Amino acid sequence: MDTPTYTEYHPRWLRRRVSTYWWMQRGSYFAFILREVSSLSVAWFVVYLLMLVRAVTQGQASYLAFLEWSRQPLILSINIVSLGLVVFHAITWFKLAPQAMVVHFGGRRVPGSVIAGSNYGAWIVASVVVIWLLVGA
Amino acid sequence: MGDRITLQVARYRPEKESEATFQEYEVPYTKDWVVLDGLNYIKDRVDGTLSYRWSCRMGICGSCGMMVNGEPKLTCATFLADYAPAPVRVEPLTNFPVIRDLIVDIGDFMRKLVSVKPWIIREQEKPLSQGEYRQTPQEMDEYKQFSMCINCMLCYAACPIYGLDPKFVGPAAIALAQRYNLDSRDEASTERLEILSDHEGIWGCTFVGECTKVCPKHVDPAGAIQRYKLSAALEALKSFLIPWGTS
Repeated sequence: MDTPTYTEYHPRWLRRRVSTYWWMQRGSYFAFILREVSSLSVAWFVVYLLMLVRAVTQGQASYLAFLEWSRQPLILSINIVSLGLVVFHAITWFKLAPQAMVVHFGGRRVPGSVIAGSNYGAWIVASVVVIWLLVGA
Repeated sequence: MGDRITLQVARYRPEKESEATFQEYEVPYTKDWVVLDGLNYIKDRVDGTLSYRWSCRMGICGSCGMMVNGEPKLTCATFLADYAPAPVRVEPLTNFPVIRDLIVDIGDFMRKLVSVKPWIIREQEKPLSQGEYRQTPQEMDEYKQFSMCINCMLCYAACPIYGLDPKFVGPAAIALAQRYNLDSRDEASTERLEILSDHEGIWGCTFVGECTKVCPKHVDPAGAIQRYKLSAALEALKSFLIPWGTS
């Protein structure tokens, strides 16, 4: 047995560093980082839309050139990956909405499922309108 | 008591170590034994030098929070049988400096807690003779969830933002500020907003949401912070549109 020794106050604290790869240590942390990164895809689609609008305003030749440019495997794959990430972004966002929004209706708190559901509802309606514009009109 | 389980307990003895080490102890357990029972068994029967905090052993005092297999848990509510037969790793809460073995320094949290003024503040206190401040059940429901916080700091251990930026006020302190903001008897929400509406306050939070997942009392600090952000943004907009004030 060691002879007990008196430790002077204040003892040396052990400070542990956060690893640079902390976001790989837990699935939920990784999902969080992916959600944050997916905002780059949102930004990309905004840029892509502006480029499309610019091409359209410059006449048919420019629009066709834009379509040709978009057909490249690189741009196509960027758009496919971005679409996946934007869907992930939207779903995680809708999942979080009920936590951030507290809505009262008729003196009662609207349940979270209704808030999330109305977000999904609005999403579906917007998508149907877009599809109708593309196919129906 | 037939079954036995191995606890891998983090040890840090500042007088002789500069890094944490693991020590293994084999303890008996029954189906109603929690991790804290295992630690108490070690302390009483095997190795009296092991240091850790605990008090009520029933999920009220908030002092026995530790990392159990890498997850922040109240050790009084984490059953050994749920982990058996694999060994259970017990470590001090992450994101806090370790004083000894499983004991972390909680000074930083305590200072932050006080800074958000978690108590009822009235512009004018009414005299006792006028009776109590009344509240309807609906008014109480507004904040009750946030009042369940037991200051166990599991949310701080789960929060990567707090780990990366120790200046961040953090989940529990903001949730408790919100608890008083939403209390119909309180009149100091503007005062608290000034403290919390900076970068180290609510805007430091990026909504990882882990604080809410690990909370043993279902307080939902992440929700409290996001709601706070919304009201802070509305206040900022209001003061921008109506600079001469609304009240």
